[in-house]
Amino acid sequence: MSITFTLNGEARAVEAAPMDRLLDVLRGPLGLTGAKEGCGEGECGACAVEIDGRVVNSCLIPVFQVEGATIRTIEGVAGERLTRLQEAFLAHGAVQCGACTPALVLGCEALLAEEGQISRAGVREALAGHLCRCTGYQKIIDAVMDAAEDKR
Amino acid sequence: MLIGTNYQRLDGRAKVTGAARYVDDLPQPEGCLFGLTLRSPHPHARIDAIRRDPGYDWQGITVVTAEDIPGENVVALMTDDQPVLAAGLTRHVTEPIALVAAPTRQRAAEALKHIHVDYTPLPALLDFEIAQDHEIKIYGEDNVFARAATLRGDPDALLRDAELVIEGIYRVGHQEQLYIEPQGLIALPREDGGLTILGSMQCPYYIHKALKRVLGGVDFNVRQTTTGGAFGGKEDYPSIMGAHVALLALKAKAPVKMIYARDEDLIATTKRHPAVIRVRAAVDPKSAKLLAVESQMIFDGGAYNTLSPVVNSRGVLHGAGPYVCEHVRVTGVMVASHTPPNGAFRGFGAPQSQFAMERHMDRIARHLEMDPAELRRINYYRPGDLTPTGQRLDDPAAEEVFERARAWVEAARRAPAPVEEAPGGRGRDLARGVAFVMGFHGAGFTGNGESGLAAKVDVSLEGDRVLIHTASIDMGQGIDTVFPAIVAETLDYPLDKVSCAPHDTATVPNSGPTAASRSVMVVGGVSQKGARQLREALRAALGAGPEATFAELVAARSPEAPPLRVRAQYDDDGAIWDAARYWGDAYPTYAWTAVAVELDVDRDTGEVIYRRLFQATDVGKAMNKVIVEGQLEGGAVQALGYATLEEVVIDARGAMKNNRLTDYIIPTTMDTPELETAIVEYPFAGGPYGAKGIGELPHDVPAAAVAAAIEDAVGVVLDQLPMTPQRVLAALMMQEEEA
Repeated sequence: MSITFTLNGEARAVEAAPMDRLLDVLRGPLGLTGAKEGCGEGECGACAVEIDGRVVNSCLIPVFQVEGATIRTIEGVAGERLTRLQEAFLAHGAVQCGACTPALVLGCEALLAEEGQISRAGVREALAGHLCRCTGYQKIIDAVMDAAEDKR
Repeated sequence: MLIGTNYQRLDGRAKVTGAARYVDDLPQPEGCLFGLTLRSPHPHARIDAIRRDPGYDWQGITVVTAEDIPGENVVALMTDDQPVLAAGLTRHVTEPIALVAAPTRQRAAEALKHIHVDYTPLPALLDFEIAQDHEIKIYGEDNVFARAATLRGDPDALLRDAELVIEGIYRVGHQEQLYIEPQGLIALPREDGGLTILGSMQCPYYIHKALKRVLGGVDFNVRQTTTGGAFGGKEDYPSIMGAHVALLALKAKAPVKMIYARDEDLIATTKRHPAVIRVRAAVDPKSAKLLAVESQMIFDGGAYNTLSPVVNSRGVLHGAGPYVCEHVRVTGVMVASHTPPNGAFRGFGAPQSQFAMERHMDRIARHLEMDPAELRRINYYRPGDLTPTGQRLDDPAAEEVFERARAWVEAARRAPAPVEEAPGGRGRDLARGVAFVMGFHGAGFTGNGESGLAAKVDVSLEGDRVLIHTASIDMGQGIDTVFPAIVAETLDYPLDKVSCAPHDTATVPNSGPTAASRSVMVVGGVSQKGARQLREALRAALGAGPEATFAELVAARSPEAPPLRVRAQYDDDGAIWDAARYWGDAYPTYAWTAVAVELDVDRDTGEVIYRRLFQATDVGKAMNKVIVEGQLEGGAVQALGYATLEEVVIDARGAMKNNRLTDYIIPTTMDTPELETAIVEYPFAGGPYGAKGIGELPHDVPAAAVAAAIEDAVGVVLDQLPMTPQRVLAALMMQEEEA
């Protein structure tokens, strides 16, 4: 079937079987490889993308569910310049092997876009669905708090 | 001055934007097939026949068995015991039996179901603790892969005659590396008839060495792609997987890609070695000095040898901990069992043996009714002390890391971390504990290993760019940034004009494996030497004097001049090591740590809730503070997983039962405490700018600190890892019964 949605600000149509995983459709025909498959069962968060403002694991989403939806992937986050959060990730050393990073950046951007104040405990709670094996998370949380300076 | 500042990772931008290409992200090569592996369901069985279903349509499907191997059926690493594909006999569950390649993963999976293997099951020996000299033979006559022993002084006499001898037994389980990017490799046929193996790896030349034996005369090169974590898990395993993709590609005459799904990665690839360790110590009850120490460790190697002898050796060499003692014997036995082979994992035997020794120090303190910190203070290494191998320590940082951690613990007792801040803290029966332990780690290869390997690095000038050619892999730890920084600093040249060349065996010399906390300290040092050689070669080519800077020399050279390339090699470091007696300079240097943990124990559930982790860690000299802190913090949290969360559950066939991320739990943001890291710098003259290798040290002792903090919180003694809620709860219930 043909599925249409908005992807990183552009209207897109793609041919896929309804039960194909969104992750495979993004990485395959759409050529967006920023979302990674880390476990294939929604535990590691490396495949997270934003659908209609919510961060979800794309390995658990059958593609028919995104008909008409607005999707943002890591490829749609930065323009010419990096975002403040991306800069903070680099400055604080929140990136090591990078396999979890694209989805994590997306998750953090979504968190920063929410209304209200941000605390370290709140950041921990919000990022619990993203596994990182390299950093121990300290520098990731430091980076988010830095980028959220005006929300603390 | 660049060194010691916080310049950004050179690969950082590509990683935060999603542009970095890992092996599974590369554009699919034309005609690329997907490879899958048929694995043994038996821990020990004769393979009587491998049959293909004649009714199945095999068109477009390539099947490889041991018979298709053009060279030798062996994964060459240390010994030749492991086959690329089982032939006639399988020795562990998940052992590769046959390979399939098909245009899609689905078709390959379907084809796998149509290969039938006739097995005759044989009695299996799964329990490594009884495997030595067992009548079921797995390896040699005695099921022993390796033994190692150090002896200093006469511990037997003291352990026999001393007034106080304290004995304990400690057990540790498997641990999975759990890199976020699963294992993945591609074999690409080259136009000249050869092959390129590319993908996620730690040691291109290990794969190269192994495939040379397997592929007969076929020419090939091995190239790394951006590697999404490894921690030792991509040190030895890619040699077998590399052979698999290469064999499929040769037979199919097409590119073949293998990417393990997580469940396969968990069940089939190597883990940290389980161990049981018995420690006895003779202690002077008045001075609390260690009079004699004996540690006997048995490691589970699994069915094949892999790198296990070196794990055994490193376990032994760290077995007595960072404490001086004149009479020491440490022995290690690496035994075989009919279980999937264990392999390299950050720490390489030292986390196992130091968990035992740190727990034993706490046991001694308990017995003497003294402060465990004070016991450590009395016994840690001072300048001039000798290790169990007779190596003299001129400048140990033990005292400084100890004092930092002790001060932190005292402050934490006065001002505990608030519970409200941390999630899950309300309405529970929590008991607070805080404690610290010590550790050390030998950096670089054991003994004369570095001199024997003689790591080679090329440094070249191409236009105005300087390239560093090594086989050392950035798997996240940052060496593709730190090597350029070392070279830029050495040449007083801009960092943005220096980079690492692609890590491809066709173009880089063998700088050795990315392992043993050796890359920055050893290969970084050879890179620095190469940078100096390049400057001299350029000076000579231009006939310039000694006053000209490197930048001036580059400017004076014609931009069209061909690349200038020099080769540097590791010098004999003068280490004196008697491998037969285990005597002498066991490592080029040691780095030191003290780790404190503040936690709560939930008395009702047995759950451990981490509040804060502090470490004071000697790194020699930080090449980049942010990057080195990232190593120290990440290693510590991986060790917290080892301490309380990560349990590999083994079924009756010796297979990992919980081979999914739903069931094998690693720390999330919610399980992880706030981390405070104090970098201590006791420079090592043999490392660039004083750097020591520290990749593994942070994993060595946090688990023991957790055990000590649990004991401080609720008074139960846990001597087995992981300290799951069930084990903590069982200990609490036993404590209640005894009371």
